[in-house]
Amino acid sequence: MQPGTDASFIKPNDRLTSFERLEIYNRQYWFRILGCFYEDYPGLRAVLGDSKFERLARAYLAKYPSASFTLRNLGGRLEKFLAEEPQWAAPRQALALDMARFEWAQIVAFDGEARPVVEIDSLLGSDPAKLRLALQPYLSFLALDHPVDDCVLALKKAALRGEASNAVEASPKSGTRRAMPLPKREKIYVAVHRHDNGLYYKRLEPEAYHILTALRGGAFLEDACAEALASAPAGDWAEVVRKWFENWRQLGWFCVQ
Amino acid sequence: MPANAFNGFSDYGIGIGLRIPHYRHILEKKPVVDWFEIISENFMVDGGRPLEVLDRVLEQYRVVQHGVSMYFGSADPPDREHLKRLRTLVRRTKTPWLSDHLCWGSVDGRFTHDLLPMPYTFAAAKHTAEKIRQVRDFTETPVCVENVSSYAEFHASEMTEWEFLSEVVEAADCGILLDVNNIYVSSKNHNFDPYEYLNNIPAHRVGQIHIAGHSKFKKYILDTHDHPVLDPVWKLYAHATRLAGVTATLLEWDDRIPSFEEVHREALKANRFIHALEAVATP
Repeated sequence: MQPGTDASFIKPNDRLTSFERLEIYNRQYWFRILGCFYEDYPGLRAVLGDSKFERLARAYLAKYPSASFTLRNLGGRLEKFLAEEPQWAAPRQALALDMARFEWAQIVAFDGEARPVVEIDSLLGSDPAKLRLALQPYLSFLALDHPVDDCVLALKKAALRGEASNAVEASPKSGTRRAMPLPKREKIYVAVHRHDNGLYYKRLEPEAYHILTALRGGAFLEDACAEALASAPAGDWAEVVRKWFENWRQLGWFCVQ
Repeated sequence: MPANAFNGFSDYGIGIGLRIPHYRHILEKKPVVDWFEIISENFMVDGGRPLEVLDRVLEQYRVVQHGVSMYFGSADPPDREHLKRLRTLVRRTKTPWLSDHLCWGSVDGRFTHDLLPMPYTFAAAKHTAEKIRQVRDFTETPVCVENVSSYAEFHASEMTEWEFLSEVVEAADCGILLDVNNIYVSSKNHNFDPYEYLNNIPAHRVGQIHIAGHSKFKKYILDTHDHPVLDPVWKLYAHATRLAGVTATLLEWDDRIPSFEEVHREALKANRFIHALEAVATP
């Protein structure tokens, strides 16, 4: 802001200058927005540490200010930002990106739309070469290079232990929290979903991940399975796949179009 | 007067905000509460636990919606997606009225998530009233507009805040959600008499009253909603109820939230002013 701009439209009073009155709103804005970020991305904060996390948040919001009436969508473009400007997460760019994707998937799973579950009877007799299966909008299927699901679970358990012990803790929004130990790189496939409105993570076999993502992309059932298993090791895949689909059906993952 | 067109001719008493730390207590213990106020935006979602909790609360309790991001005073027209989600929620809760703030907070599709004060001009009043009418017509629900607490004033203002509020609600033909804590906070920050504010708004349009706590700093007061209601605010509340009649009253406690019992106990203190008013009214 140009010097004096504040005074040109905001009145001073007997205690505060125009700038000081405007500054109250500036401080409140960052307090509110950063508070939301802390709540939504505890894992990313643990990966980066407090200082780097706040710098990342400020840089992200400067480039992508909130474009939604709800704070729920504040992190909606964070993955894009981290891909565009990885330097804000250096030297843990890949881990930070994995964590950001995983934590956004949790937000989607928490309050995403759930459509009516498809009834198995309605599929009987369908030709798998012409059958498409829709997947619940609240589901996310992630291919990640780090076991961030284990990291987030460990963070949650640590938080619960802290509450249970009634230990006096510094505010989670302050202090000099250390960055989390770097997990080893490990290719994982995970579904982030909900069941009975509880949030869950489910590790997937690579072939299962590829089937599900192909179905989500609109592939016919037969094609999705064939492509996913094309380079799979030899085995009784028919029974394995049957069990997968039964499990996913029981979880309510398949929905009407 | 208390039950009027602006609160759907409902006769609601003392309510409290529906807040996450109290969910378990409310759903398990089912305490007697006249009504709950929900923040609309927290439930304008597509599914999941928020709506599950809301539906369970709706089975037992009356609920009124209060919004924080319609920004009646913003230059942009009401967002269509926002309106549709709001209307969907209105149909779910059957809220007898809904409310939001006399403020702006967005520009060109960017949101501050704050309740920013407006310049009190006739042009702003006209524009704001038109937006309120649009929201009321789209949701088919009475609207009450809430006065905000503020920390800044504009050179461009052509009238006082209470004159502006009156101008807006008359032009929009809507109700007032009278926040007496916000009046007190603003009166200290801007050096005006809060009783002059109360005495010069159309009391017959008051559909709901908010009470809350605040925090005092060296040079200003901040509307923090994290303390019990202070005595000067209770006195303003008493005066407001004398002017507007016994009106649906809601205690806002949004930060450092204590137990449900403590919040509810604080809200029910409003009864002593209501009973005093009723005692005077009784021949």
